Amino acid sequence: MLAAILSLGGIGLIAAVALGFAAKKFAVEVDPRELAALEVLPGANCGACGFPGCAGYAKALLAGSIDLNQCPPGGADTVAKLAHILGVEASAATREIAVVLCQGDNRKAQIKYHYLGLEDCTAAQRIADGPKICPGGCVGLGSCLRACPFDAIEMTADGLAVISREKCTGCRKCVAVCPRNVIRMTPYEAAVHVLCNSHDKGALIRKYCQIGCIGCNICKKTIPDAYKIENFLAEVVYEQDAEAAEAISKCPTKCIRDFSVAYPDGSVQLPAGTDKPHAA
Amino acid sequence: MSLKTFAGGIHPPDNKQWSSHKAIEDCPLPAEFIVPLAQHIGAPSVACVEVGQQVSKGDEIGSAKGFVSVPVHAPTSGEVTAVENRPHPWGTSLPAVVIKADGEDRWSTELQPADPSELSPDEIIEKVRLAGVVGMGGAAFPAHVKMSPPPEKKISTLIFNGVECEPYLTADHRMMLEEPERILQGVALLQYVLGAEQVVIGIEANKPDAIALFEKHCAGTPVEVMPLQVKYPQGAEKQLIAAVTGKEVPSGGLPMDIGVAVHNVSTAAAITDAIIHGRPLIERVCTVTGPAIREPKNLRIRIGTPLSHLVEVCGGLVEEPGKIILGGPMMGFTQLGFDVPATRGTSGLLLLRAEDVSSHPESPCIRCARCVQACPINLLPTTIAAYARRDLLAEAAEYCAMDCIECGSCSYVCPSTIPLVQAIRYGKAAILAKKRSTQVS
Repeated sequence: MLAAILSLGGIGLIAAVALGFAAKKFAVEVDPRELAALEVLPGANCGACGFPGCAGYAKALLAGSIDLNQCPPGGADTVAKLAHILGVEASAATREIAVVLCQGDNRKAQIKYHYLGLEDCTAAQRIADGPKICPGGCVGLGSCLRACPFDAIEMTADGLAVISREKCTGCRKCVAVCPRNVIRMTPYEAAVHVLCNSHDKGALIRKYCQIGCIGCNICKKTIPDAYKIENFLAEVVYEQDAEAAEAISKCPTKCIRDFSVAYPDGSVQLPAGTDKPHAA
Repeated sequence: MSLKTFAGGIHPPDNKQWSSHKAIEDCPLPAEFIVPLAQHIGAPSVACVEVGQQVSKGDEIGSAKGFVSVPVHAPTSGEVTAVENRPHPWGTSLPAVVIKADGEDRWSTELQPADPSELSPDEIIEKVRLAGVVGMGGAAFPAHVKMSPPPEKKISTLIFNGVECEPYLTADHRMMLEEPERILQGVALLQYVLGAEQVVIGIEANKPDAIALFEKHCAGTPVEVMPLQVKYPQGAEKQLIAAVTGKEVPSGGLPMDIGVAVHNVSTAAAITDAIIHGRPLIERVCTVTGPAIREPKNLRIRIGTPLSHLVEVCGGLVEEPGKIILGGPMMGFTQLGFDVPATRGTSGLLLLRAEDVSSHPESPCIRCARCVQACPINLLPTTIAAYARRDLLAEAAEYCAMDCIECGSCSYVCPSTIPLVQAIRYGKAAILAKKRSTQVS
């Protein structure tokens, strides 16, 4: 009994001394600022900064090789904290979020064929350029939803991806996986968007989608500064969109939407009060 | 004696009884031809005619761009009414020359018949290229490329593909029965050009009449007729080589690496036309068949004939088809409608009823390994597909995803209806895209 206590205790003592010595002798010097920076970062390891995870970004920050505003998920808050830790001037970062520029779900946009294959937009796109007639619209199989590390994307019952303005951190993962380039990065402050991504002529679009932009120019005539039309597709000019919302009621196909009022039909309903722009 | 074949493969019901007894008929000319400029593997040709121009049958209307490319010719005489994007069998809109037939069907005066005994192999290859001859089995790979291997790769065995393993299709079968001389002239030309010592025509045992006919014609010649066990995908190049020679084409390699070249029997006939009659490839035999068509037929069609015309010639539809397929049911292209034209690779038009098309939801893999047994190149389809779906591309490549020939045998046998071949194709495309992007950077 006593022998057992002594021998086990002895082994423990020797091991403790050895470990203690090793911890001192072989300690790796870590800049305390790196640990502090890592603490401040969101920890999602999403890769939006272009480095392998948050630790990689923290290391790069200390090396001084990059700007502080490379972490979209962290937002302005993180930039301020990082600036404090590193003792530098905070550079202003505009918050960007992703928006799906399409409202053509399975009810509103016509399909070319009935797709039965893999639940993946890129795989569907390889088969005769996707199941929908529209060459630009949302494929609707949810590849962006699966790519989103922040649970910010929902698929509506009729197969349209909708991105939450609040949950989206701007990491661009969805932009990268979308085979149709229908997800765009827009300034968070801009809530009015032209939700269409087809450059086909109006007459053609009317044949396959009830809610696509037909390039009729009415929005541009109403608020000339806030819209531009290229190749039969209107787009909000985000630098000067203060009055963009006034053209919404004029749009004949209802493809301009104000996200601070409502999301595309039948989709995510945001809790009241969460839709106002952040005082960043 | 048991017949030769390859390892793996499947036995789908062949359904050839619909059309195998029907002689080839000449298809009446439609009023308008839509001739796509991309009809072959490789660079699409470029239109060399203008709207309003009068063309004769056999005139070049699209010129080849690069070595792996062939010219495209006018299927009849008439006026060019448009050069624009039209629906293409590949599912998208691609450039095409639209010709309004004038009804005269007059040959171009520039075509030169030739005596093959006066031509050198290089002259023959050039004539084949100018005639736009491509592999007629379905893939439409330019024939002149396969006829000009680099000098260090000697072709010792020349195999002709009379297998036609796709269910429903009988075009090659009828060609062999009705035009053996035309095929054998092409066989002799190819043997002369490639200098092969051994020439084999592989025919599946479900065409005993064709085997007997060719054995009669080839008696006393160096051409050997080899009956093969009935199995899909025996008509695939590498599987046919395995069946006939017992040799395996190395991973990532070409048949010429083991001294073999494979051509379809219909390609041989097209080469005969190109050399002896000086005629470009503007027509082919196409099987219009399936339960949704009133009168299945083997038709000799001009390239660019709209599918709607073929349906009309075959007595119309019995009912609205559930699936329209260009080619066979295993590897053919499903079509969105009848407005697309037949191309050089169109070996068949298959019309299935809605009740013939199964569409079961996918269920989990039960590890039965039927796909592994069926795979004709000994891959593990279920493993590769699972990796591809999770975007684990390095692992998929390690399991030889790039060697998949996309024959669809795995998807066909899968009791859980997992879209295996689609997943593997997705993985292959992603692997290629990744390779390309890393090469650029």
